[in-house]
Amino acid sequence: MHVHKYEKIWLIFGITTLIVFLSVVGVSAFYAGNQPPSCLTVIDPEKVDTTAPFNEPGLKKVEGKDWDYELVFVAQAFAYTPGDVEVPLGAKVKVIATSKDVIHGFEVAGTNINMMVEPGYISEHITTFDKTGEYLILCNEYCGAGHHMMMSKIKVVE
Amino acid sequence: MAKAELKSKTKTEIEDSSSLKGTLASVFFVGFFIIVLWIGVYFLYLDRF
Amino acid sequence: MIKSPLKSKVDPRDGKLAMAHLYVAFIALLVGGLAGLLQVLVRSGKFQLPAGIGYYQILTVHGVVLGLVLTTFFIMGFQLSVVSKTAGTFTDKQRTVGWIGFWIMTIGTIAAAVMILLNKASVLYTFYAPLQAHFIFYLGLTLVVVGSWTVGAAIIMKYAEWRRANPGQQSPLLTFMALVNTLMWIVATIGVAATVLIQLLPWSLGWVDTVNVAVSRTLFWYFGHPLVYFWLLPAYMVWYAIIPKIIGGKIFSDSLARMSFILFLLFSIPVGFHHQLLEPGIDAAWKFLQVVLTFAVVIPSLMTAFSLFASFETFGRSKGAKGLFGWLKKLPWGDARFTVPFIGMVAFIPAGAGGIVNASHQMNQVIHNTIWVTGHFHLTVATAVVLTFFGAAFWLVPHLTGRKLTKKMNKLALIQGSLWAIGMTFMSGAMHAAGLLGAPRRSAFSDYGGSAQAAEWIPYQIAQAVGGSILFIAIILMLYIFINLAFFAPKGEQEFPVGEALHPEEKAPMVFENWKLWLGITVLLILFAYTIPFIDLIQNAPPGSKGFKLW
Repeated sequence: MHVHKYEKIWLIFGITTLIVFLSVVGVSAFYAGNQPPSCLTVIDPEKVDTTAPFNEPGLKKVEGKDWDYELVFVAQAFAYTPGDVEVPLGAKVKVIATSKDVIHGFEVAGTNINMMVEPGYISEHITTFDKTGEYLILCNEYCGAGHHMMMSKIKVVE
Repeated sequence: MAKAELKSKTKTEIEDSSSLKGTLASVFFVGFFIIVLWIGVYFLYLDRF
Repeated sequence: MIKSPLKSKVDPRDGKLAMAHLYVAFIALLVGGLAGLLQVLVRSGKFQLPAGIGYYQILTVHGVVLGLVLTTFFIMGFQLSVVSKTAGTFTDKQRTVGWIGFWIMTIGTIAAAVMILLNKASVLYTFYAPLQAHFIFYLGLTLVVVGSWTVGAAIIMKYAEWRRANPGQQSPLLTFMALVNTLMWIVATIGVAATVLIQLLPWSLGWVDTVNVAVSRTLFWYFGHPLVYFWLLPAYMVWYAIIPKIIGGKIFSDSLARMSFILFLLFSIPVGFHHQLLEPGIDAAWKFLQVVLTFAVVIPSLMTAFSLFASFETFGRSKGAKGLFGWLKKLPWGDARFTVPFIGMVAFIPAGAGGIVNASHQMNQVIHNTIWVTGHFHLTVATAVVLTFFGAAFWLVPHLTGRKLTKKMNKLALIQGSLWAIGMTFMSGAMHAAGLLGAPRRSAFSDYGGSAQAAEWIPYQIAQAVGGSILFIAIILMLYIFINLAFFAPKGEQEFPVGEALHPEEKAPMVFENWKLWLGITVLLILFAYTIPFIDLIQNAPPGSKGFKLW
C-alpha cells in the first residue's frame, strides 16, 4: 500500500498533535489531580435526607482536610437545596451533590464546576473560589417539565 | 540556452501536474485550526475555577 | 476480472425498496424540521407554544425523528442502493429480507411516534432512566433497531454472495464500505438493545420495580458514539467514492479508503465514556483510557481530509491548474451534487476540531451539556452528514425514479445548500459561543430568576432563532426538490456516479476482507475498554431507581 510523502508528513504531524493534547490533559489529571468528577461513592437515593452529609445541605467549615469547606447540595425535581449560598473568596471547597429522584446536572455557569448528578451516586468536585461574583447554578441535564426552572446561586464574597 | 529553458519549463509543468502541495497546505490549515481551538478552550479551562 | 458487476442502473425492484426508505426519511425531515423551528423560536423568549404543547415533547420529536429516523432510513436506503449498484441486483430472497426490515422499522417508528405525540414519552431521544416512558415507546425503538438489523442482513447476504461468486477478489469499494458500516452498526446496537430489552422494557411494564441507572447509561453510550459514526460513514462513502466521479476526477487511493473504514470499525465503539466524563460512577483512569481510544478514531478522519484534498488537487492539476490553490478554481461549483456535500466537508473542519475539545477528559467540564454541544453536533450530523445526504439525493432519487435532475432544480439545490450554510453559521456559531458562557442545552427559555449571566445568553438565543428560521426555509426548499425529483422531474437517465481509483493496478491487501480478524479485534478492544468498569458498575451498584414521569 503506497502512502504519499505528504500524507506521511500530515499524519505524523496530526498524531503528534493528538499525543501532545493527551499528554497535557493526562499530566494535569493524574499528576496535578485535575480529574473529571469520578467519586465512585454510592448512596440510597430514597434515604438522602437522613444520610450525612446530605442531612445538612449548605456550606460547612471543615478541619484537618485538604479543603477548607464542604458545600453540600441536594438535587430534586425541580430545585436545589440550598437555594442560594455565600462562599468566602479564596476558599478551597469540596462541592458535594446527589439526587433524590432522576438524573440532574450541576453546572455553576462560567466555571469548571460541572457534573452529572445521578440517583444512587455522590458527585464531588474540589476547587478554589478565586473570583468574586454571583454565579448561577443550573440543571443542565433534562429532568422533566420544570427542568429550566431548576437553579440555585453561589455568591463569592470578600 | 533556449533549449535549457524549454527543458526546465516542461519539468515544472510535470511537477505541477502531480504536485500535492496545495493538499499539504490545506491539511495543515485544518491542523492549525484544531490546535488554535483546543488551546483556546484549554486556557479557558485554566482560567476558570 | 471475471465480470464487471457494475450495472449502469440500479434494478427498479431494488430502487423501489431504497425509495421506500427515502420517503420515510424525508417525511421525518419535515416533522423534525418543524419541531426544530419551534424550539429555536421558544428559546428566543419571544414565542410560546400554543395549546399546552410542551417544549420537551417537541424536543423529543426533534431528536428521535431526525437523529434516529431520518438518519437510519436514509442510510439504509442509500446503502441498499450502492450495494445493488456495485455488487449487483439483490436476489428476490435478499430483497424480501430488506422489505421485512423496512416494515419492522416503520412500524417501530410509528409506535414510538404515537407515544411521543400522546405525551407519554417526553424523555428525549436519549431516554435516560429513571425518567420512564410508556413501554410502547421502548418497544417501538426496539423494532427500529431490529428492523435495521434485518435490512443489514440483506446487505451482508449480498456481500457474501458476491464473495462466493468472485473468489480471491476484493469487493467493490462502496459495497465494502456499506458492509463495514452495517457490521459496526450491529455490534454497536447490541448495547442499546440490551438496556432496552433487559432493563427498560421490563421496568416500564412493571415486571421489575427498579433500574440500575448507571448501567443503563453506559449501555446507551456504548451505542451512542458509534451511532454518530454510523451517520458519518455514509457521508464518507460519498466523499471518498462518489464525489471524485462527480467532479470528473479519481479516487485518490482505494486502499487508504478501505483502511480508514477498518479503523472506524475498530475504534468507533470502545469510546462511549467520553460522553460520560462527568459521571460519578466511573473511575477516572478508565475514562482516560477511552479518551485515548477516542483520539485514535480521529486518525482515520485525518487520513480522509488528506485524501479528499488530494483527489480535488489531482483533478484540478490535470485540468492545468497552477500554483498552490489554483485547483480550487477548477472544481465544478455550479454542480449541486458536488457543492452541497462540499459545504458539508468544510463544516466538518470546525465540527471535528470541536469534537476533539469535547473528548479532552477534564476539559469536558467547560462545555458538558452546554449548548456548545448542540452547536457541535449540528455541524457534524446536521451539516456535514445531512448536506452530503442531500447532495446524494440530488442524483440518487432521480436515478431510482427514472427521472433527471434539471438545471432549475440544480440551481434551487445550490440555493438550498447556501441557505443551510448561512443559517447554520448563525445558529451553530451562536450555540458554540453561548455554550462557552455556560448556557445549557436541552432547556426551554428561562431567565433563571433574573440572573445576570443568563441575560448575557439571550442575544445568542435570538441569533439561534434567526439561523434556525433560515434553516427551516432550506428544509422546505429541500422537500420541494425531493418531491420534484421523486414525482415530477422529466423522465430520463440520471447517472449513478461511482468513482474509479487513480491507480487501479494498486490492489488493497486481501486482509481487509478478513472479517473474523477485524470483528475479533473490535470485540477485544470493546472488552478491554469496558469489562472492568462495567463489572464495577454492577458490583458496586447503589439501590436501583423507581420510574419517574416528571413531564
